[in-house]
Amino acid sequence: MSFIPAPIVRFYHRMASPPHFYSFTEKLMPWLIVIFVLLLIPGLYMGLYLAPTDYQQGDSYRIIYIHVPAAWMSLFIYVIMAVCGAISLIWRMKIADVVLISSAPIGASFTFIALVTGSLWGKPMWGTWWVWDARLTSELILLFLYLGVISLYGAIEDKRTASRAVAILALVGVVNIPIIHYSVQWWNTLHQGPTVAKAGKPSIHLDMLIPLLLMATAFKFYYAIAMLQVAKVELLMREQNSQWVKNKVVDVMGKVNE
Amino acid sequence: MNSFAEFLAMGGYGFYVWTAYAIAFVVLLLNIVLPAIQRRQLLRQLALKQKRIKQ
Repeated sequence: MSFIPAPIVRFYHRMASPPHFYSFTEKLMPWLIVIFVLLLIPGLYMGLYLAPTDYQQGDSYRIIYIHVPAAWMSLFIYVIMAVCGAISLIWRMKIADVVLISSAPIGASFTFIALVTGSLWGKPMWGTWWVWDARLTSELILLFLYLGVISLYGAIEDKRTASRAVAILALVGVVNIPIIHYSVQWWNTLHQGPTVAKAGKPSIHLDMLIPLLLMATAFKFYYAIAMLQVAKVELLMREQNSQWVKNKVVDVMGKVNE
Repeated sequence: MNSFAEFLAMGGYGFYVWTAYAIAFVVLLLNIVLPAIQRRQLLRQLALKQKRIKQ
């Protein structure tokens, strides 16, 4: 590992330690929230107000500004879970376990949002809430994978065993990700093809593309905020018998008890 | 888009657009609020446990 600069190695080792990770999270949080809001507000303003009406779909297309970023997040978060699963199985890194399991509810939420907003967009445009085509079905399977990770983790008492089990499930389920991505190209479907994430130039006007990218970036920061919120609870729970959590409890609750 | 009413109407698609945004908003908000509540409850529980051990 000598080719990796020393500060990065040091950062990695520090982050692998739960108390350092916890306090790093707390320092990072205000920044994440500020950046999230600074991306979200112009994203919403441009998407809902400034961006022109679509010549085919009218204003119904404005659902795109949550539907597409949410769908991207549903894939992105699953890949993060799979990477954490690999790290967890190879190096037994506690923080990777925590990030994996803390990502699952956020990923499930984004998958749910992608499905529901897609349905609300499909009804006026396709004339139906749902079709059993490859894109919608594989995205629904993704939702079940997320829920599977959450319930498997909850079902196993010993959290180290539970972490190994969900790491394996996350890795196995990753085959679904390219299927979702390519589903609109491999199979004939009502769902429109990719407009941004494809070879060549995106086939969307800049005035529509900018809010889309703002919202997509805002959702990335939202994920960091929400995942770390869950991770903090998970860390406190797992490490409740260690000294740093006991100190934390005194810090936070001390004033209440006096 | 000239008036606020027109903005809300979303060219006749208001119901679909605003329902989509509202559901996303509620789900994303819950993901922030619920862990914060859980953390407070857990810290309170752990504080009680520590108190009992000391006594």
